[in-house]
Amino acid sequence: MTDVKKPKKEIKPTKNPMPAQDPVVRAKNFSEVALGYSEAAVIDEAKRCLQCKKEPCRQGCPVEVDIPAFIKLVAEGDFAGAIAKIKEKNALPAVCGRVCPQENQCEKYCTLGKKHEPVGIGRIERFCADWELAHGVKVPEVAPSTGKKVAVVGSGPAGLTCAADLAKLGHKVTVFEALHVAGGVLMYGIPEFRLPKAVVQAEVENLKKLGVEIEVNSVVGKFTTVDELMEEGGFDAVFIGTGAGLPYFMNIPGENSCGVYSANEFLTRTNLMKGYRFPDWDTPIKVGKKVAVLGGGNVAMDGARTALRLGAEESWIVYRRSHEELPARKEEVEHAEEEGVKFAFLTSPVEILSNEDGWVTGMKCIRYELGEPDASGRRRPVPIEGSEYVMDVDTVVVAIGQGPNPLVPRTTKGLELTKRGNIVADENGATSKPGIFAGGDVVTGAATVILAMGAGRTAAKAIHEYLGNK
Amino acid sequence: MFKILEKQVFSPIIKQFIIEAPKVAKSCKAGQFIILRIHEEGERIPLTIADYDREKGTITIVFQEVGKSTTQLGQMEAGDYIKDFVGPLGEPSHIEKFDGPVVVVGGGVGIAPVHPIARDLKKAGNHVIGIIGARSGDLLFWEDKMREACSELLVTTDDGSYVRKGFVTDVLKEVIEDKGKENIPMVLAIGPQPMMRAVCNLTKEYGVKTIVSLNALMVDGTGMCGCCRVSVAGTTKFVCVDGPEFDGHEVDWLELGRRGAIFKPEEQKAMEHHQCKCGSGCGGAK
Repeated sequence: MTDVKKPKKEIKPTKNPMPAQDPVVRAKNFSEVALGYSEAAVIDEAKRCLQCKKEPCRQGCPVEVDIPAFIKLVAEGDFAGAIAKIKEKNALPAVCGRVCPQENQCEKYCTLGKKHEPVGIGRIERFCADWELAHGVKVPEVAPSTGKKVAVVGSGPAGLTCAADLAKLGHKVTVFEALHVAGGVLMYGIPEFRLPKAVVQAEVENLKKLGVEIEVNSVVGKFTTVDELMEEGGFDAVFIGTGAGLPYFMNIPGENSCGVYSANEFLTRTNLMKGYRFPDWDTPIKVGKKVAVLGGGNVAMDGARTALRLGAEESWIVYRRSHEELPARKEEVEHAEEEGVKFAFLTSPVEILSNEDGWVTGMKCIRYELGEPDASGRRRPVPIEGSEYVMDVDTVVVAIGQGPNPLVPRTTKGLELTKRGNIVADENGATSKPGIFAGGDVVTGAATVILAMGAGRTAAKAIHEYLGNK
Repeated sequence: MFKILEKQVFSPIIKQFIIEAPKVAKSCKAGQFIILRIHEEGERIPLTIADYDREKGTITIVFQEVGKSTTQLGQMEAGDYIKDFVGPLGEPSHIEKFDGPVVVVGGGVGIAPVHPIARDLKKAGNHVIGIIGARSGDLLFWEDKMREACSELLVTTDDGSYVRKGFVTDVLKEVIEDKGKENIPMVLAIGPQPMMRAVCNLTKEYGVKTIVSLNALMVDGTGMCGCCRVSVAGTTKFVCVDGPEFDGHEVDWLELGRRGAIFKPEEQKAMEHHQCKCGSGCGGAK
């Protein structure tokens, strides 16, 4: 061991910069924006870690990755050891290293961050995962078979994490996915330029190596129900991770005009169906010259940046609060700004206008001012009377949030739901029905990838315990 | 992968496949649909289930070639595989024993999806009057299957090349006049939008309740995108999960028609791209 108390260790105040595509170039292509660290940069970044005994960073990670340990291995150049350490806890490191809001998670608690920039934990994790994908994946050990069968409904981050954990514990896991490809929002929602789909599929393939079976094209609630899986399918437990895939609309006049998309449709056509490669790929997508994206979350940023890449001349975020209240990640907002996305703050449409053929020609908007903070702690937007004006746009993307997809909740008898249709589950993911567990957005409402993964992990522990006592 | 077990060609543009899809066949009901994707680069297209065999695990689809994907599908043969085939989707038809004769109307390729509904209505004890029609006799199919599924069957062609000349609405009008509008509890119509709209205009005059099965643009078919949304009685509905059947008198047909045409130029472009086989790297040599 080297002496960690080596005197005069100089601390580099800033993170090693992340190489990225030039904003002007990248705003016109779908290739990944952030290019990833080199070996030299990742080792240098790992060496910034103070290896604190108290490990404050770990409290910020919902899947409890042993952060100082893997970073130490990276600092020593042992990338194989580092990725093995990460994968003890995290089934999707290439995804998490890219899309986690580290500033609110692990990096928020980093000791370095008190005075300087925190250690780039996400960037180091991403490097390790990419290194493994490039150098051949080692399959983690799987416990001997328990003879128990678990069905996982939905193959998004919650379902995949739950499935991986249960498989490692020796249970036979089958994942049922409604779409033709596994990954959930990682495939249809988050754009290629933030999370390459090949990376997601590589991680899904890794899960299959654990013995997890994935049945795509299988809509639970239609071809079978959760109750039938338990009663006839021979499954001993079910995990529901069906997410929040029901798009909300504004419910304003003109919203069904041609040229108005939900963010889900806009992003699904582009990402899952590869509409940006039309006509080589069959699914069309079109944007006009001036696009308005309604909302201020990550989905809205993804929509606005996608619109630019699809050829829009102007892409606007229309948000009824101000810059400060934007719920999107800071980094995403910055990337959007760099690429030329424009922002109309304190503004919201009250009507979508269309021409005689039914196509969008503009939005009648009203301006807002900020009032007192509301229950969420954010200042409440108050419309300014008489401030209506027409914003000249020809495409509108509605990104104001999603609710739980009702197919599974509706068709599972006796499952307790909230008023909004979310599944009620305790802190371990147990629902009101024995043997049925749930986690991720279907329980919490639309949240983040890593929180869904955390919920999948917690539920896997609870399911394992339930099966042990059964 | 889903195997095409049998192919039948009804006309140069109307074709039938029997497809091995046991999961769908096990649970589907009349009125529901499937979504298929031919190959990796393909789009997801919805098609209504025309028949099924639970024991053999098969689903029958009948489709008309109208654009790139359906044309490409039509070029496939028995023994070929379809990449993705998912269902059953949508709500099943509402089947009950009605008080009085029910009329089912199938126009063109819409004859196929009407078939299982007619059969189930008859099984439920209804007197089912079937009306089927096509532009001309050579585009007509399943007359025998419909004769069996219905209590009585009336056939018409627009050009009079088979049985009689006239639109399905002409025949429907005669049936309503003959039976008396107050005696008909329900009309169900499936076919091209102009035909369903014409049926609704007619039945509205008589005040006869009319159910239609809407064909909207779809992507996922599970309620997650709203591409297929339509205004019904002033409220937005998703055809894929709330439908595909709705009260035809409450549907905003103008909006539905406009939304259905959103990608017309792209559909044209896809077709040209598909057809060009010049091999000179123009992009169509696929």
